[in-house]
Amino acid sequence: MSETRAQAVVWFQAAGCTGCSISLMNADYPNLKNLLLDELVPGKALILRFHATLMGLTGQPALEVLERVREEEAGAYLLVVEGAIPTGEDGRFGRVGDIPMAERVRELALRSAGVVALGTCAAYGGIPAGAPNPTSCVGVGEFFRREGIGIPVINVPGCPPHPRWFVETVAQLIFNPSAIGQLDEVGRLRSVYPGLIHENCPRRADFDVGRFAASFGEAGCLLKLGCKGPYTSSRCPTHRWNGGVNWCIEAGHPCLGCCEPEFPDFPAPLFRKVRAEDAAAFYRRNLCAR
Amino acid sequence: MRQVTIDPITRIEGHLRVEIKVEGGKIVQARCSGALFRGLEIILLGRFPLDAQRITPRICGVCPVAHATAAALALDTALGVEENIPQNGWLLRNLIYAANWLHNHVLHFYHLALPDYLDPKGTPLAGLLAAELGDRRFSPEENQTLLEHYALALEVRRKAHELVAIFGGKMPHEVGIVPGGVTQKPGLAEVTAFRFRLREIRDFLENIYVKDVLLLAARYPDYFALGRVGRLLSFGAFPEPSRTRVFPAGSLQDGAVQPLDCEGIAEEVARSWYAGGAGHPRAGQTEPDPYKAEAYSWIKAPRYKGKALEVGPAARVFLASHLGPGDFAKLAGELLSEARISLEQLSSAMGRHLARAIEALFLAQRMETWLAELEINGPVAVPFGIPSEATGQGLTDAPRGALGHWLRIERGVIAHYQVISPTTWNASPRDEQGQPGPIEEALEGTPVSGDGLLEAGRIVRSFDPCLACAVQ
Ligand code: SF4
Ligand code: SF4
Repeated sequence: MSETRAQAVVWFQAAGCTGCSISLMNADYPNLKNLLLDELVPGKALILRFHATLMGLTGQPALEVLERVREEEAGAYLLVVEGAIPTGEDGRFGRVGDIPMAERVRELALRSAGVVALGTCAAYGGIPAGAPNPTSCVGVGEFFRREGIGIPVINVPGCPPHPRWFVETVAQLIFNPSAIGQLDEVGRLRSVYPGLIHENCPRRADFDVGRFAASFGEAGCLLKLGCKGPYTSSRCPTHRWNGGVNWCIEAGHPCLGCCEPEFPDFPAPLFRKVRAEDAAAFYRRNLCAR
Repeated sequence: MRQVTIDPITRIEGHLRVEIKVEGGKIVQARCSGALFRGLEIILLGRFPLDAQRITPRICGVCPVAHATAAALALDTALGVEENIPQNGWLLRNLIYAANWLHNHVLHFYHLALPDYLDPKGTPLAGLLAAELGDRRFSPEENQTLLEHYALALEVRRKAHELVAIFGGKMPHEVGIVPGGVTQKPGLAEVTAFRFRLREIRDFLENIYVKDVLLLAARYPDYFALGRVGRLLSFGAFPEPSRTRVFPAGSLQDGAVQPLDCEGIAEEVARSWYAGGAGHPRAGQTEPDPYKAEAYSWIKAPRYKGKALEVGPAARVFLASHLGPGDFAKLAGELLSEARISLEQLSSAMGRHLARAIEALFLAQRMETWLAELEINGPVAVPFGIPSEATGQGLTDAPRGALGHWLRIERGVIAHYQVISPTTWNASPRDEQGQPGPIEEALEGTPVSGDGLLEAGRIVRSFDPCLACAVQ
């Protein structure tokens, strides 16, 4: 039997809600136990060194783990960032162990092999960066651009992301690191965010014949309730959520476009129909890029 | 005297810093500090009112349905649809929400709190759960069984999220709850899919979870005397179609159970990084002042009639045993006598775990009743328009305690939005009078063996703090 190579993972939470972590705990095949204990791809297993919601250690001894990984596994560990980076007021809006989150992310990133920005907040700023962005939150990629940090970032957006999107992205990274060249224009792996919700939507026939729901609980396409499915790239209709029991549009709720960099502001409110000219821009980015 | 800083407190939601002073083998002073501010109350301003329904749940990825529920209640009143919500609407909201509670309590007990009492050495989880051990009292067999239940509980909490999604679309950040009701009619297929998953979860709660909580209580009875507060507050939860709440609202102060007085709530910011003074959340503001010298937390300090009250499972079980349905008091009484404690002892580091177990069992039973009362394929929502001027108040208990949303609509957009979350109450800093917040109070006076890290961790986690909620 050949040996298992361990890929160390450091999971750092910044300005977020822990929803991405909780969503990953909903992974089924592989489930969280598999992810923690088994080989994810042949010959390679993840080993979670730091995750504040799950780890046994607390306080200073927990922070020492971060230091140790930075020293002993420099250049080898994968950094997962969950949550946006608060950059306002010298970092006073978000601190861990009295050090600004931005500073922690910089330190951890510089010695990492690469960064996965998990969730729309980490990828693009997301909810805390919603106008007027009171804490000057930015996504990891934008933070790196401003700071001149050259470490590669792969975005796995979603509010929260489906567990499969994280698992597939990480599996590809450790199985075939050259996949990193195949990012779309907003930093996602093309294979994980391949096309529009609108293309595979079970309400598409309603859309085609112009049968639109006017209020919640009605049958029909949800466009007029504000559905962002025509401009959102995700596999929700085919992956479905939580063991495949349901997903937003099937439950009668318009897609919020939670995977897109413009979430939650968009050119129109979440429950208003986006204007055709604004829609065209999203459409071009998500469909013509293929 | 020793000053010990615990930052970050792990195995909770979010970013909490606790500073304790230890002298003569006791914690003599404790300070709780929320370390992250995002400003969601500010982000909501100027938006279309319905956006609050989907943005406020993103305050918290562990209990988003709590915020969805409070936002819906606030919008129901503001849009004037509260009286017309169909029976299915109330029942489905309760089913979606209660499923989130079951998820929360299982996750909290097994994955967040229990590792403080376990020894993971020699098991596959040794790397992740490695900790500075001390005061481990389980036999090797008990320890082994509980570690197996840790893994089993991962699957149970995942299934509880499937329950949320069956009627709520997806989880975290469900989409089913909307003003006027819910989005999806209950078909027979969904009801059946729900029932059989619920049965599995209920089986786990009754045969494993409750027994594990009682075992923990039997090995650590001294923790019923630690981490006490004793002044309790609940906004109630789970309005049935009759609109009576299964968990009643009320307070316990100076030994007297009182009905809730919404006007008694005020938020102070004397030691918090905000400008302004004390006020009712209807008029309150969120104006960050990160350089305020005398402040030490991003958490505000809500007070009820001037006092710092504990919110959460201890409050609910205490109040529901006095004011709630008879079958609740019976179930609670049985478990309390098995643990050989009184209702008053629920407000303690161990009592809170027992209170969660009691309400999880009760809710799982009640969910079967709600499921049976659904009208298959019946109406679930009423349509509404958005008024140009309106106010709304949405009060509910969340898994962690009393939660309130207050909003005002002007010119058809949100002109005011304030949220007070359970952990805002529990982890609040000192106020103008110098009164400590409930967690600070629970820590002060605790006898400790070493630097206090172990005891403080156990006590803080018994509150199930959620910092993303405490500071939005
Ligand atoms: S519901 Fe949304 S995604 Fe589906 S067809 Fe209508 S607009 Fe497209
Ligand atoms: S359907 Fe839209 S809002 Fe729902 S999870 Fe998918 S991308 Fe996000």
